[in-house]
Amino acid sequence: MTPFRSPNDTPLVRVRDLSVRFAGTPPVHAVNSVSFDLAPGEVLGILGESGSGKSVTLKTLLRLLPERKTRITGQVEVDGQDVLALQGRALADHRGGVASMIFQDPSLALDPVYTIGQQIAETVIRHDGLSKSDAMARALEMLEIVRIPSAKRRLANYPHEMSGGMRQRAMIALALACRPKLLLADEPTTALDATVQIQILLLLRDLQKELGMGVIFVTHDIGVAVEVSDRLAVMYAGSFVETGSVKDVIRDARHPYSKGLLAANLVGAAPGTRLDAVPGAPPPLNALPEGCSFAPRCAHAETACSMSPLPIWNGGNGRWARCVQASCLGALADAESTS
Amino acid sequence: MSTPILSAHNLVKHFKAGGFGAARKFVRAVNDVSFELASGETLGVVGESGCGKSTMARLLVQLLTPDSGEVHYQGKVVGRELPLKAFRSKVQMVFQDSFASLNPRMTMIDAVAFGPTVHGMSRSDATRKAQDLLDRVGLDPSRFGGRYAHELSGGQRQRVNIARALAFDPQVIVLDEAVSALDKSVEAQVLNLLMDLRRERGLTYVFISHDLNVVRHISDRVMVMYLGEVAEIGPVESLYSAPCHPYTQALLAAMPSLDPDRRTMEAPLAGDPPNPIDPPQGCRFHTRCSRVFAPCSAQAPAQHKVGKTHFAACHLNSAKEHVA
Repeated sequence: MTPFRSPNDTPLVRVRDLSVRFAGTPPVHAVNSVSFDLAPGEVLGILGESGSGKSVTLKTLLRLLPERKTRITGQVEVDGQDVLALQGRALADHRGGVASMIFQDPSLALDPVYTIGQQIAETVIRHDGLSKSDAMARALEMLEIVRIPSAKRRLANYPHEMSGGMRQRAMIALALACRPKLLLADEPTTALDATVQIQILLLLRDLQKELGMGVIFVTHDIGVAVEVSDRLAVMYAGSFVETGSVKDVIRDARHPYSKGLLAANLVGAAPGTRLDAVPGAPPPLNALPEGCSFAPRCAHAETACSMSPLPIWNGGNGRWARCVQASCLGALADAESTS
Repeated sequence: MSTPILSAHNLVKHFKAGGFGAARKFVRAVNDVSFELASGETLGVVGESGCGKSTMARLLVQLLTPDSGEVHYQGKVVGRELPLKAFRSKVQMVFQDSFASLNPRMTMIDAVAFGPTVHGMSRSDATRKAQDLLDRVGLDPSRFGGRYAHELSGGQRQRVNIARALAFDPQVIVLDEAVSALDKSVEAQVLNLLMDLRRERGLTYVFISHDLNVVRHISDRVMVMYLGEVAEIGPVESLYSAPCHPYTQALLAAMPSLDPDRRTMEAPLAGDPPNPIDPPQGCRFHTRCSRVFAPCSAQAPAQHKVGKTHFAACHLNSAKEHVA
């Protein structure tokens, strides 16, 4: 399969043929041979519906999945380290030091019995070996960086004393306290109100530029993905089905599923008209169909769609779609342009 | 406008929120909300969490009793002139959580047929009706009728909830975030179903959502709520193209742009919505408003007419009216 190659030669994240299976009868195929690269300082948006495997992909990068029930195959490298081989202290150094993660629900992710200051300081002491007072100073600095008003007072606040948007800022401060090279964001704005969501998105975008970190941003909301990402990967039933720059994917989607998602987001729909909706629902991950897993819902499905491996339309520069129809149309267009 | 099919008159609902005696605190969830619904129209209701849109919906279908104010159905005061049982068969509601709103011990056929049997329909008639309705919402009754709620997906359950609401042949359906919990591709299917049913049966919808794109697509008129009050109400085109309340303007500006070349550069509002327990004096929005001026903190603004059927509760518009 063509990897999702970034222009930079030394990627920050290198994932090859990543597959994740959860134990069960039959086993759940949560992620199916996903490959991509992420350059330092690049923002990759992973777009998908619930159960498409986007969060599982993200958690694999921090090895947060339950060891005994999960079988991970493939290669995962972050900053040159083989993440799947990490054990003990080295794994702990990786989590929060090299890569860190922000979650959808900060009230679950933060510890309710410690103040925000204590939680940030603890991380800094563990990873950077600072003294307690230096760590508190870093915590204060972090709260100022994420633009929490009257940061000094907030340092002594418990999570329940803050509003939703403020808690999300505090979690971002915690995640960035040790200056990770990679930030993993798992739907960090989904639980927020619209006017707060845009504040957090702009904050993340600014911080990403200031600190120059790589970001993988998982979301189900196309609008959110467009606001923050450089490149976009559309995920369906555990596989990447289409990738490319944000502009290319939004303006010229090739995979029928990406097109359906755009239509469902009312891109260019006249009010009151019927939407061009994709019928049906995603397949269960413990019984994926052969070949293209989108074929049962696809209006253009043909016999070739149940073959594997599927042909890939390649638009160059990391732009591709895994679809029989897209590859045929692409080949036709190429033939026309050369003749 | 002829007699509105459903109208709310000065609805007020405050909830107790701790404290004793004189120190007792109240959440002012809905504060003096009035509006009218014409037969066959769809009113979209938008606002952030805690703005009172769900409480308003529950007051409207009489799941909650208002502290003061009335709901009128075709000009009759509900409860006093129109018995609740008759009202309930005319005005139905679909909730956000499709699982919690279905009885886990009932099959889908029974769930849909239950209401009509309570209202006096024979069991066999009700079952036949339930089968037709399941079929209409896109679920094969022979395949799905005998299933329980946990055996369906979210989209399928929401279809059952819609079928159940239709079982009374209602005139009005209040949809409280009915598509918000669904995945985008499934949401589009359910929206199509709702629009088809509206056309077939001449239904009137109150469509509550936080998704401004969806509201724009399905609504004829839109009501914007902020901290329990109506900030602005008007026809969908004029409200989206020329919003007259700074809060509506901020909400629209906060929508993520779908254009990679025109990303949002600045957040329209800072901070979170204030706590509805102690809402700000005067205009409730003045603490976050960028165009705040003298009267805002002192006096609550009245609904100013800014178009034929377009009203905005903002002092800026009173100034405009006087100038004009």
